[in-house]
Amino acid sequence: MAAPSAAQLRELALTEEEYHHAVRQLGRAPNELELGMLGALWSEHCSYKTSRRLLSQLSSQAPQVVVGPGENAGVVDLGEGLLCCFKIESHNHPSAIEPVQGAATGVGGILRDVFAMGARPVALLDALRFGELGDPAQRHRFAKVVEGVGFYGNCIGVPTVGGETYFDDAYRGNCLVNAMCVGLVTAPRLLHAVARGVGNPVLLVGADTGRDGIHGATFASVQLDEGAEERRPAVQVGNPFLEKCLMEACLELAGSSALVGLQDCGAAGLTSSCAEMARRGGAGVRLDLDQVARRELGMTPYEVMLSESQERMVLVVERGRVEEVRAVFDRWELRSDVVGEVIAQEELQISSGGQMVARLPLSLLVEGFLPRRPPSSRPLEVERALRAAPLTGGSPWTLEEAWLRLLASPNCSDTSWIYRQYDHQVGDDTVVLPGWDAAVVRLRGRGDGLAVSVDGAHRSSLLDPRRGAQLAVAEAVRNLSCVGARPLALTNCLNFGNPEKEEVMWQLEEAVAGLAEACRQLALPVVSGNVSLYNDLSGDSIPPTPVVGVVGLVGDIRRLPGPGFAAAGDLIYVVGPGGTELGGSELQRLLGGMVLGPPPELDLELERRAAEAVRQLVSEGSARSAHDCSLGGLAVALAECCVAGGLGAVVRVGGQSIPADGGHALLFGEGSGRYVLSVDPAEGGRMEEVCAGWRVPCARLGEVGGDQVEIVGLARIPLAAAAAARLEGIAGAMAGPVL
Amino acid sequence: MTWRCGIAVFPGTWSERDCAHWVELAGGEPVMLWHAERELKGADLVVLPGGFAHGDYLRAGAIARFAPLMAAVRDHALAGGPVLGICNGFQILCEAQLLPGALLRNSCLQFRCQSTHLRVEVGRGPLLSGLEPGTVLRMPISHGEGRYYAPPDQLQELEAGGQVALRYCGPAGELGDEHNPNGSLEHIAGVLNREGNVLGMMPHPERACEPLLGSEDGLQLLRAALAVLGPR
Repeated sequence: MAAPSAAQLRELALTEEEYHHAVRQLGRAPNELELGMLGALWSEHCSYKTSRRLLSQLSSQAPQVVVGPGENAGVVDLGEGLLCCFKIESHNHPSAIEPVQGAATGVGGILRDVFAMGARPVALLDALRFGELGDPAQRHRFAKVVEGVGFYGNCIGVPTVGGETYFDDAYRGNCLVNAMCVGLVTAPRLLHAVARGVGNPVLLVGADTGRDGIHGATFASVQLDEGAEERRPAVQVGNPFLEKCLMEACLELAGSSALVGLQDCGAAGLTSSCAEMARRGGAGVRLDLDQVARRELGMTPYEVMLSESQERMVLVVERGRVEEVRAVFDRWELRSDVVGEVIAQEELQISSGGQMVARLPLSLLVEGFLPRRPPSSRPLEVERALRAAPLTGGSPWTLEEAWLRLLASPNCSDTSWIYRQYDHQVGDDTVVLPGWDAAVVRLRGRGDGLAVSVDGAHRSSLLDPRRGAQLAVAEAVRNLSCVGARPLALTNCLNFGNPEKEEVMWQLEEAVAGLAEACRQLALPVVSGNVSLYNDLSGDSIPPTPVVGVVGLVGDIRRLPGPGFAAAGDLIYVVGPGGTELGGSELQRLLGGMVLGPPPELDLELERRAAEAVRQLVSEGSARSAHDCSLGGLAVALAECCVAGGLGAVVRVGGQSIPADGGHALLFGEGSGRYVLSVDPAEGGRMEEVCAGWRVPCARLGEVGGDQVEIVGLARIPLAAAAAARLEGIAGAMAGPVL
Repeated sequence: MTWRCGIAVFPGTWSERDCAHWVELAGGEPVMLWHAERELKGADLVVLPGGFAHGDYLRAGAIARFAPLMAAVRDHALAGGPVLGICNGFQILCEAQLLPGALLRNSCLQFRCQSTHLRVEVGRGPLLSGLEPGTVLRMPISHGEGRYYAPPDQLQELEAGGQVALRYCGPAGELGDEHNPNGSLEHIAGVLNREGNVLGMMPHPERACEPLLGSEDGLQLLRAALAVLGPR
């Protein structure tokens, strides 16, 4: 083969340097198929060539960790022989182009990662970002992504129990769709993605292989441009029914000694699944492409090896036991074919039509890429933004106006428009429904449950990506504390722009460092993750958006308080530090200003202690309600507690005098680490005692009761108006026409 | 001896385990019935659970009705044996013509998973005669195609024959469009066959079987049915 042109290499997301590196390592020029395979596995999406050195800062060391990063999903021990397996992954690029299928196949992919470990998926969550809903095109994209998530999750019968959605103009060009899946498996049934045992057959099961999704991995590793819609064929089409059958068949086989290894066929299809399985097993794989069932006639070996047709799994089976494995797939009416075998040479060998058409050493294919270290630099604007006042020109709104506008912002408002389209109850284990701090799924046969939350903080990240990543972790931990859960481990999805831009690389470096620091201080091992770079459209990058998913254990699920105030006369407390920063706040966004001013301060040690205190108050039953302060600050959190409980409140905040800004920062500042709790009047002393024990600030704000939410001397709104505003947000915006 | 409840499993069924849990809580013995077998395994009551049987491709229930198991279910139903179809099971029973009418796409054109109130309209047949008409039950729905439809003359026949079993309502049993989640005709959430031994309903009683899940009304429904069936 003649040396490929620069344009051909670009199509494969390879540089000339990488091509010459491959030639040197192989001692010959790779043929077209080999080059395509190298391009796919060396893509950012598969190799993490830019982020890998940074990710090594994240620690997975902790006694509860069973499997850390590097497998299909991370695994932690829940005790009594039960393991929890979870991961979050992005499907941003496909969703920007074909939102229904892009989102649906994102869900399908993360489900496969979890059941590939032998775990039964018990919960799905999604973290979504779109442009603002005033734009009909964004409404369309949002509606279609939600439809896609529901289409897949509802059909396959795994509950979508939670998530978070944020609308900001910065995501107009690139929406973010991150899907997280949590599964359960008993220790003896845990599977690994390995190919070992020379002569063991390799099976491809599930869907036939078609031309869909060819180069999906490389497509995800270049930035979108105006012509991106023409790449629609690179987006796969999902068949959740087929995946349901595939899942049941694989789970039936988990625990069988006939099964050596299992992996899903995700990005870069057969190429990556076979190469990675063999690499982990210290062996090689020989594939005979003539045995691969095709959906279309005339497919070339190149197309077969790089197809990303969904709903396929690769199995390695003990010699002589193929028929008993195939019988399970037959029963589920699924196709299963022996397509190759494990070999001793650590190579991926591909034959077609009786001829060897590709032969690559796995050391080169899987780990031989050139690490990228693009230069990074902190942009000057960041310094200026940090020093600026958060609200230039103040707020034109009265406190009441601002309060109601915040409650009606799609970022703070009721999210039932989204989750009522998702089956969030199948499985009969969802004990805390979506819409509040953390979702809780009970563990059968035990008294405890799993709490899960996904969070991000992109506006703070824009000002200070290190702090932003830490704020996301802190928020997830707070959400878990509100349901009394102790966090066990974290998964992350790093959504960034084009790392070839110096400022984006700087954002990535800072965010990973921040994530590592927060996880260390909060004793959270990082067990799985995903990196999505090149979230750019026509040169505009998304804000740095690290999204974290945290899983924790709730000791006693019968004792969970809700977020809503429970009874008139109960005492209301704010627990945690008293920050009132407006930098990067939701109020600032509503005022249409730039992202300016210092982001919320964060004292991770105090966060940890506040989380302990709240967890103790919740799990011992002292707190009758618990909710954390997030977007919109203390005032929005209070109103949310009132609306959820159908009860008003009268509280006092700050000192006697009205602050110079009229109270906007006091009410709507988004200082980190705060919770609103309510307790029976008899428990007030206990509340103060527990907080003092953990050395956590705790202030009694007032009492539950009445039909208004009143902050004495500053603002008051009728409970009914607060409730109406919360319902107005997303639902009101979506009442408008879509594109 | 406890009642044996056969639970049909088609490829794509997803609430068979929830149903088994519900049956156990009600004091019954669940037994799974595989779609490809023409065998009820001694089931007294047959439950067709929720899900997307055969992906609900073509039309919900359109493929499942041809399953060998459905021939056995038909024989059981025609012999007067009790059959309960929940959600996808209701859709399958309509496609199999064991129940009248059809379930169309929700009028909002979206999937709906939410809590609903149901008013028991008739206390008739083995599945409902343990409940007083007018009883209000609370249980969730979870479907994209649950809008009940029957032609006007058939609808009239259903009303006259006491075949309308359950209607969506408010907490006090009041009827109104605001309580109807999918646009069903006459707020219909569940129907009986003429004889009263086959019941189809869109809401999920198996998801309302513990206080922890927010309601026990689904358990009440099954317990009442088992009590009516009498000792085995």
